[in-house]
Amino acid sequence: MSTKTGTQPSLLYPPYGSSIHRAPAQPLIRLPQNFSDFSAPVYGFRDVGGVDADLTRQRPGEPLGERIIVSGQVLDEDGRPVRNTLVEIWQANAAGRYAHVVDTHPAPLDPNFTGAGRTITDDEGRYQFVTIKPGAYPWRNHSNAWRPQHIHFSLFGTSFLSRLVTQMYFPGDPLFEFDPIFQSIRDARARERMIARFDLSLTQPEWALGYRFDIVLRGSHSTPFEERT
Amino acid sequence: MSAPVDEHIATSSQTVGPYFSFGLTTNAALGQLTPAGTPGERWRLIVRILDGQSAPVPDAMIELWHPDHAGRSLFGRLGTDTTGTCVFEIPPLVSSRESGDAAHLNLCLFMRGLLRHLYTRVYVPGDAAGADVAVHDAVLARVPENRRQTLMATPVPDSPGTWRFDVRLQGELETVFFDL
Repeated sequence: MSTKTGTQPSLLYPPYGSSIHRAPAQPLIRLPQNFSDFSAPVYGFRDVGGVDADLTRQRPGEPLGERIIVSGQVLDEDGRPVRNTLVEIWQANAAGRYAHVVDTHPAPLDPNFTGAGRTITDDEGRYQFVTIKPGAYPWRNHSNAWRPQHIHFSLFGTSFLSRLVTQMYFPGDPLFEFDPIFQSIRDARARERMIARFDLSLTQPEWALGYRFDIVLRGSHSTPFEERT
Repeated sequence: MSAPVDEHIATSSQTVGPYFSFGLTTNAALGQLTPAGTPGERWRLIVRILDGQSAPVPDAMIELWHPDHAGRSLFGRLGTDTTGTCVFEIPPLVSSRESGDAAHLNLCLFMRGLLRHLYTRVYVPGDAAGADVAVHDAVLARVPENRRQTLMATPVPDSPGTWRFDVRLQGELETVFFDL
């Protein structure tokens, strides 16, 4: 059995209720890599700068919550840094409320927090954000359902194949065992790899705690998704 | 990371969730694949997403990738509205008889309910010649014949240059998705 087995979620996962009517039922058609080996977009919308990577400085005042630095390295499966690639994040505020019209649950909005950021990895594939730690939030998947604290990540990598949307979690969250989205990953080590690591060397005294979250993207000669589920 | 040092395994995918719009789709200009100011004709592609109950999906995100001659991708990204629809502006697509490559766009689909994104293609046969080339397209050849039409955009009557493409996530006319 490959070490990649169970590292990617199946499409249909009934404990995650929304997947029941949205997961394709027919088998996916396998395509050889040459049909998808084209490059990720490199211009236009990638212009980032200013406070794009600092979610605590985008509004007139500072948001409430624990200020954190989230940093890591983006690598491919050959262990090479993925340079100059766009990383986008979005998240709830410290109370667990999203700045989105559809989230109306009873937790306060923070007038000083939107919760979206973007940056580009450097020559070593490294990225860094400053933000506040998001709260857990309730959802209606099942009775008394709560999502663990998480930050959403979106990355391109070098090609169509390496595209990834994932979620970063925080160590010690008591909600992991109850969360079907987290549990959709069958391999225990793969689940652990979605959890950021507290890193004292990233922490800045009297200012922010630091969490490290490294990300690995699929690259060339890549095992298809279905073989990783 | 807990994996052995000599093995790097791709990070697990998780759903994009219902609240991505304020993070990923605030820029309406991403609905246009061709950079503003580029001369030439434009087509419109109306993409609609329907779930297994034939209900529109109002919280999907669609990306279109279109490699140019240099292998770099033109790119578009939009979220669907309450009717499950979004409208892209695309360059006119031309099939190539020489390469046997039928005119198409690559599509990447994200939404709440999908734990990982889906890949498909939108074939936009601009003319009879295009439909002809599709017969020899190497990707379509791998699709069961009775499912190929799920990858074909259809022209909107009386609206030249406007195309419609419905994605059906489940059911009788379920769209073909690819495993890459």
